[in-house]
Parts: sequence; C-alpha cells; structure tokens
Amino acid sequence: MSLLRSPQSRRGIATWYRSGGLSSIFFALPLVLIFLYFSWGPIVRGLVLSFQKNNLVAPPEWVGMSNFSYVLTDPQLPQAALNTLYFALLALIFGFPVPLFLAVFISELRRTGWLYNVISYLPAVVPPVAAILLWTFFYDPSGAGVFNSILGWFGIGPFAWLNSQSLAMPAIVLEATWAGAGATSIIYLAALTGVRTELYEAAELDGAGIWSRVWHVTLPQIRGIILIMMLLQLIGTFQVFTEPFLFTGGGPNNATMTVLLLIYRYAFINGDFGAATALSVLLAGVLCALSVVYHFVTRRWSTT
Amino acid sequence: MSYERGIISTADRQRGLVRYGLPAIQVLIFIAVAIAGVGPLLWLLKSGVSTSQDILSGPMQLWPSGIQLKNIPDAWNRVQIGAYLGNTAFIAIGSMISTLFVCTTGAFVLSILRPKWGPVVTGAVLATLFLPGVISLVPLYMTVLDMPLLHVSLQNTFWAVWLPSAASAFNVLIIKRYFDSIPRELIEAARIDGASNLRLFTALILPLSKPIIGVVALLTVIGSWKEYLWPLLVLPDPRLQPISVALPRVQKTTEISLQMSALFLAVLIPVVLFLVFQKQFLRGVGMAGGIKE
Repeated sequence: MSLLRSPQSRRGIATWYRSGGLSSIFFALPLVLIFLYFSWGPIVRGLVLSFQKNNLVAPPEWVGMSNFSYVLTDPQLPQAALNTLYFALLALIFGFPVPLFLAVFISELRRTGWLYNVISYLPAVVPPVAAILLWTFFYDPSGAGVFNSILGWFGIGPFAWLNSQSLAMPAIVLEATWAGAGATSIIYLAALTGVRTELYEAAELDGAGIWSRVWHVTLPQIRGIILIMMLLQLIGTFQVFTEPFLFTGGGPNNATMTVLLLIYRYAFINGDFGAATALSVLLAGVLCALSVVYHFVTRRWSTT
Repeated sequence: MSYERGIISTADRQRGLVRYGLPAIQVLIFIAVAIAGVGPLLWLLKSGVSTSQDILSGPMQLWPSGIQLKNIPDAWNRVQIGAYLGNTAFIAIGSMISTLFVCTTGAFVLSILRPKWGPVVTGAVLATLFLPGVISLVPLYMTVLDMPLLHVSLQNTFWAVWLPSAASAFNVLIIKRYFDSIPRELIEAARIDGASNLRLFTALILPLSKPIIGVVALLTVIGSWKEYLWPLLVLPDPRLQPISVALPRVQKTTEISLQMSALFLAVLIPVVLFLVFQKQFLRGVGMAGGIKE
C-alpha cells in the first residue's frame, strides 16, 4: 500500500480516525465476527465440505464429485425427493387457502377481529415438539384415539393415521398447517391494511358483488405478498424436518422420509459429513433455482 | 381510519342474505377457529390433571372421572420438567441478549455511522437471507465442535445455542430499517452537542428504538423456545437440554398422565407470554411480512 505513505493519505487516515472510523469498526466487530463464524463461514465451508471425505475422525480428504455421485445414486433419494415434493404439494393445498381466507375474513370484522387473530395465532406459539407429541396422541390408531373417536361419532373410521402408508403424510401436513396458518394469516392481514378501500366503492357502483370484489379488488392488491408467502412456504416445506422426524421417523416403510431426514441420517447417524453437505448443497441449489424461476415467472403478474 | 369501509358495504348489510348470512358465517368461523386454536390446549389442560386411565380410555370425555392435581408437581419434580424449563428459559434469554447486542450494534453501524464499507456488509447480510438454511446446518455443527482459529468446542455449552442465534440477517435488517427511520436531524444535533458514537448509540438511538427492540426480543425468545434440531445436536448432555429436546426423550419412560402434564407445562409459558404481549407480538409478525416483500 504505497498510498499510506503519502502525506495526503495520512491526513485521510487522521480525519477518518477523528470522524469515528475506528469506532465504527468496533461497533461492527460483533456482527462481522458472529456472521463470519456462524453464517458466512459455514456457507462457504458447506460448499468446500461437499467435495471432501470427512467423518470428523480422519483428516479431510479431497474426493472430487464422489459425494455427489454417491448421494445421487442412493436408492433412497428418489423416494425422499418425491415425499418432500408430496409434502410441499399437500402443504400448499391445505395451507395456502386457509390463512388467506381467514385474513380476508378477519379484515372485514371491525371490533372482534383481534380476537380471531389471537386465537388463530395461538397454535403458532406452541413449541412444535409439544404440538407434535400432542398430535401423535390425537392420531392414536385405536378406536379410542381422539380423532378416531370424533370421527366415530359420525360413523367414520377408525383410521390408522401415522401407521398407514397413505395417511401418514397428510396427517403430518394437517398438523403443520394447524401450526402455521395463524402466522401466515397475520402477515396477510398486515398486507390487507394497505388495500385501497376507495376501489371497493368504485367496484360496488359498477355492480360487483361481494365475491367479485374480493376476487378482483382485494386479492390483486395483495398479490405481491401472496406470491412471496407462497415461495417462502415452498422453501420452508422443502426443508421440513421436525415433523416427520418426531411423528414417524420417516416411516412407515419410508412413506414420510424427506430429504432433510436423509441429510440428518447421513451426517448424524452414518457420520458421513461429506455426503450430508453434498445433499444439502444440492437441495439449496434446487431451492435457489426455484426462487429465481419463480421470480421471473411471477414478475410479469405482479407488476401491474 | 381506513376501516371506514371494507369489502362489504353498508348497503350490502341491508340485504337479507348478507344481514342474516354474515353473522351465521361469523359464528361458524369463530367456532372453527376456536376449536382449532383453543381446543387442543383445553384438551391438554384437562388431560394434564387426569388419570392415565381416563386419558387412554375416554380421551374425548368432557369431564374426567377424577381430577389429579398432583400430576403437575409430579411432572415438575419426577420428570424434572422444572429443570428443563429452567434450561429453556436460560437459553432463550441468552439468545435474546446475544441477538440484541449483535443486531443493534451492527444495525447502528450500517444505518447511522454508514462507513464506506457499510454497503458491502449490508449486502453480505442480506445475501444470507436468500440462502436456504439447510446449506449451513452440517458445517455449522462442525464449526461448533471445533471453532476455526480458536480450536475450542462449544458443544455442551449454552454458547453453542446463544451465538449462532445472533447471526440473524432478518433481525439485523428490521432493526436497521427502524434506525433508518430515525430523523437525521436528531443525530446531527447530538453530534453538534459533542456526543461520541458510543453515547449516540446508548443515549439516543437505543431509547428511541424501544418498540423494535421489544419486538425482536419477543420474537427471539419465542423462536428459541420452539427450537428443536439445533439444541438436540449441540447439547447432547441431558442436564443442559431445553424442554423441547427433553420431552421426546423422557416421553418413552413416563406414564401418560405425567406426559400430558409435562406437555402442558411446556406449552404454558409461551402461550402466557403471547397472551400478555399479543399486541406487540402480532405487530412484529406483521412487520416480518413487510420485510419479506
């Protein structure tokens, strides 16, 4: 740095020091250190690790693409990927319309809206583990289980729920929707307060009914946030772990085995950290690609 | 306010179908929301003080055959729920302090001091918001086992949970956004009065930012209370585990009535926290939507 020696730049440093340049470094230090250690560092390290053989015992060793080829040829991967897609699809079907409907409905209530808000948000503050253990009990497959006895009143069932290959995944998604709907609907509600109400007047004068007002006036105005929430929900559901891990552990017969469960199994059961990060990198790559594609596809719709 | 009118107008409300249909729909939705939101919690409350036999044979009985209040102290002592709740609270409060410290000082630099290199840091923080968390799970675990350069292991210390939770791009950005809205004139005035950066931070910016600090504190505490996978990985020692990690483990060895009271105790504190601070809380979550947009 030859610049440092010139008198001009020495004056530069002096003014930099006097104007508090040093103290901005001190103030930034916690953030930079914490992010280096726990955010930026691990992201870079993840990319590096995926090309290494690493079991924490022997020193790491470069293996090129072999982690990726191992992961991609694992016979469990197609099943896990399909299950994850299935989970995401079901979560979208169950979990997308409910909060939206709830939010539009609550926004119409003047005095009692907050009560609906508080009640529908309650499940979101229940710790997921407690909720899952509770729902595991609700899903008891015997006739005396909570859901089975409720359905029994109507002469339906009993169902095997989590023990059934076909019902296990929908059962898990139902719980996840219950836990997540309140939070999503609060976000929609916040967006709905920005809807321009004079348009309702105009629509009404033009003879639009209530439903067509919702469809043509309300929803288009919060389209941006709807699309973002949809993407975030997709990204979240692709990384689902706690629910299948605690509800079924991936069973019955791998029916709820998800990609994240597979990553967990590679890393913390088989001790193969290289394969685990390789799969993480692949999943992250898919999610980034998804966001980019989604961004370009929806940009056309949302800029009107 | 803007609540003068909504989708449904006063003219609509005069029509018969809407006039009688709307309250009916309201009642129906209220029942549905109440069953979904409060139902499971009430069921848990009932089962928490029932006998195991009642829970198993008649889970949907409205009134248990006998109330067994001793479940709660039993769960607290014999299942050591008290100790696990203590760990959970300690972890949550520690995470809150580290998050607030890191995010407020960081946001202060990026928003108020604005050094030349500020935008680079902001960009790097923002970028992590777009990367899915899964990419850093395993390397983060390895970092905690053996911290680069320092070569210490944080495993089985609370630091392993406190420090990574502070690396939250989302919290940095909402605090930065709040600091950005503080009028520059106030800051200039403080500077003319000769306030140092430290004084500017502690005497002007922090007191002005109480609302956002409260929201971030609340969201961090509840978020850390809900955490499962990360504490499971970095706190294998049962004496340090928070309640979320301990519950599935102890569940296998306890009778059902104690399980239910343990679950009830685990749910109680976050629910009470939420009900007390619901206004700040819901505003905070709404704000979360704003930043995602």
